[in-house]
Amino acid sequence: MGLTGALAERRDLVAFADEVGADGPVAVEGSRTRWSVGGEPIPGVRLVRAPSGVSAYLPEEMVVCVGAGTTVAELSSVLASSGQRCALPARGGTVGGAIAVGEQHLDVLGRGTLRASVLEVRYVSCDGRLVRGGGPTVKNVTGYDLPRLMTGALGTLGLLAEVILRTNPVPAASTWLRADGADPFAAFDALLHPSAVLWDGASTWVHLEGHPGDVAAQAAVLSRIAATTEVDGPPPLPPHRWSLEPSAIRGLTGRYVASVGTGLVLRDEPQPLRPPDAASLGVAARMKREFDPTGRLNPGRDPARR
Amino acid sequence: MRLASRTRPRRGVPERDAALVRELVAAVGAPNVRTDDAQRALLRRDASVFDGGDAGPVCFPRTAEEVQAVVRAARRHGRAVVPRGAGTGLAGGAIPLGAPVVVSLARMTSIGEVDRDARAVWVEPGVVNLDLTRHLRPLGFHFAPDPSSQQVCTIGGNVANNSGGPHCLAYGVTNAHVLAMDVVLPDGEMARLGGLDPEPSGLDLRGAFVGGEGTLGIAVRIAVRVTPNPPAVRTLLASFSQVRDAANTVSAVIASGIVPAAMEVMDQRITRAVENYVGAGYPLDAAAVLLAEVDGLPDGTAHDADAIARIAREQGATEVRLAADDRERALLWKGRKTAFGAIAQIAPDYYLHDTVVPRSRLADVLEQVYAIADRHGLMVMNVFHAGDGNLHPLLLFDAREPGMLDRVHAAGADIIEASLAAGGVLSGEHGIGVEKQAYMDRMFTPDDLDHQNRLRRAFDPECAANPGKVLPTGHSCADIQQLSSAARGLWV
Repeated sequence: MGLTGALAERRDLVAFADEVGADGPVAVEGSRTRWSVGGEPIPGVRLVRAPSGVSAYLPEEMVVCVGAGTTVAELSSVLASSGQRCALPARGGTVGGAIAVGEQHLDVLGRGTLRASVLEVRYVSCDGRLVRGGGPTVKNVTGYDLPRLMTGALGTLGLLAEVILRTNPVPAASTWLRADGADPFAAFDALLHPSAVLWDGASTWVHLEGHPGDVAAQAAVLSRIAATTEVDGPPPLPPHRWSLEPSAIRGLTGRYVASVGTGLVLRDEPQPLRPPDAASLGVAARMKREFDPTGRLNPGRDPARR
Repeated sequence: MRLASRTRPRRGVPERDAALVRELVAAVGAPNVRTDDAQRALLRRDASVFDGGDAGPVCFPRTAEEVQAVVRAARRHGRAVVPRGAGTGLAGGAIPLGAPVVVSLARMTSIGEVDRDARAVWVEPGVVNLDLTRHLRPLGFHFAPDPSSQQVCTIGGNVANNSGGPHCLAYGVTNAHVLAMDVVLPDGEMARLGGLDPEPSGLDLRGAFVGGEGTLGIAVRIAVRVTPNPPAVRTLLASFSQVRDAANTVSAVIASGIVPAAMEVMDQRITRAVENYVGAGYPLDAAAVLLAEVDGLPDGTAHDADAIARIAREQGATEVRLAADDRERALLWKGRKTAFGAIAQIAPDYYLHDTVVPRSRLADVLEQVYAIADRHGLMVMNVFHAGDGNLHPLLLFDAREPGMLDRVHAAGADIIEASLAAGGVLSGEHGIGVEKQAYMDRMFTPDDLDHQNRLRRAFDPECAANPGKVLPTGHSCADIQQLSSAARGLWV
């Protein structure tokens, strides 16, 4: 049973903590899907792998406990067998890698944010100890929110070993529609809870999910704005993720695919750095000193360069 | 829980505070600094059972810059600062310990223009939760977290407590609805945490700050997510002859793949009290009632409402009723949300608990809760956010009876132990405050707590923000002063 119980009694977690140890620079290797986000690990750093596998899955509680080294694909197939899914991005890689980077699913409007889905984190600290933050229930305000802090921290505060994630039922119906010449902002306004509204400056792609009758009704709403065609999925996505305020995508030029309502934009070139303000960086620097004073965890990577 | 001896607040503001008060007056103006005993007494406590601490000078800043100036003045004098919203917290989080400067955000109530592209709006921390939803509703939106105190509690308080409410089952608690904040850090610096963009650069300090119970700084501007109003809503009331059947219905609904907007259970004692109080139309003969709501588009809500009704009948519901119209729906919810006003008819005092258990363990833990109350000779009522597994056992008593508070606390401790043993957590939405500090080590190891302490220290290295809260004795900023406890009214 992986949901509760002392971490010290979990042989796989203890072995990972021992491997991380307390000395020398160390970095986690997953599938290298997001290897250079926030900077690459320094050359020659000792590499470790987090435990993998689903250690507990309770579909009726809508929670799953999974090793950080598990691939997103493997987790997704386990969840699908019970008609469920989670907020991890479909792009692949490992569970721990996606959480460490804090990458949202393209359907974030429908699936919810990744950060809200991480209920509990179990990680190895800079001194090789197993630490737990958060809790196994879907609702919990017990103490300080370590799961939120670890999500998107690029493994610079602790190395994720295992997480408990919230799962959700797979909607009964799902369809992707392309609407050429539609005003994507009008489409976003007219629809209730679309899972994604994508725009490349000319065409709009809409992902509708839910009960079959609702999906059909929403498709009819969209077809009143512009002619629609059913398509297999989103358009080909450029490789680099940009994070913009949603209103800023109105002014984009060049080649892009933008997610209306979220501000995620995919482009051919990387986004320029957008550092947080000085006071936030001050807190972040103190956070790093508190959690990893010698800077041994994932050296070379910096969440502020993400 | 050990009850400490009563700490008496000082009368008047001592001479040594004169210089501090002068600087506070310079920061916010003389009419916005109060040092009189009446004002300080008013802010000694919150809606928890704890009898209160000791407030130092009380400030009412009107702008973010004034908050910053107050924090800096307090810091120059080595004084802690405690932010204050509406004081509806139930865990003692807003109680001032050690005569800190109390910063009331009550005068910061402006609401910005809704950013329709981002589905977000910037608000000041003193905005009342329900006022925000009333402001948004004609624009087609609402603020999803809806704690039962929503008529008075503030957005700043919601942020500090990561507040929940019945409709957080489908929509998530406050953390999922806060995109960005401007925060005055304990050192007086102003930081922008988070952003309206989907993947802000840097650590997620926004996420770490929400639920910090005022110990990480003061949010002075908050960008909250606005949620579109659902075009279709269906509300069901199912009656059961056993509490266990109602609890089992809740876990069967979730297991069937339906996530309703809300699922609330009330037992017979509370149902009768509410019915006497507001006449909500609840059945008086049922051992428990389940109030379930689904919202969204017409097809899905009809499908889900039918499915919930079928599951309830399969689990032994004696009656399932669909609210016929908005008026009946509003009445059913009025009953639920005023449940605690109704309690005063039954006993002079009550203590509300807040734990979470896995939904599949609800029925078992509820039976234990009734047995625990019996064992300690107390009356217990249950009204709770069943869909989240969030229990709210309410112990009723008369505090004038000798030894009564000790029994109440002993029963509370047993309820917490039963919840943890079932794989649950200490608090679902009320927070830790001063109420549950002593239980933190029942859920976390010393290493876990040490890391929580590190998170806090990174924001507040000098223990300048709301000291004496959340972490148990022995951690930095935890040891400051004990409180006594007494009972009074509350929301749940």
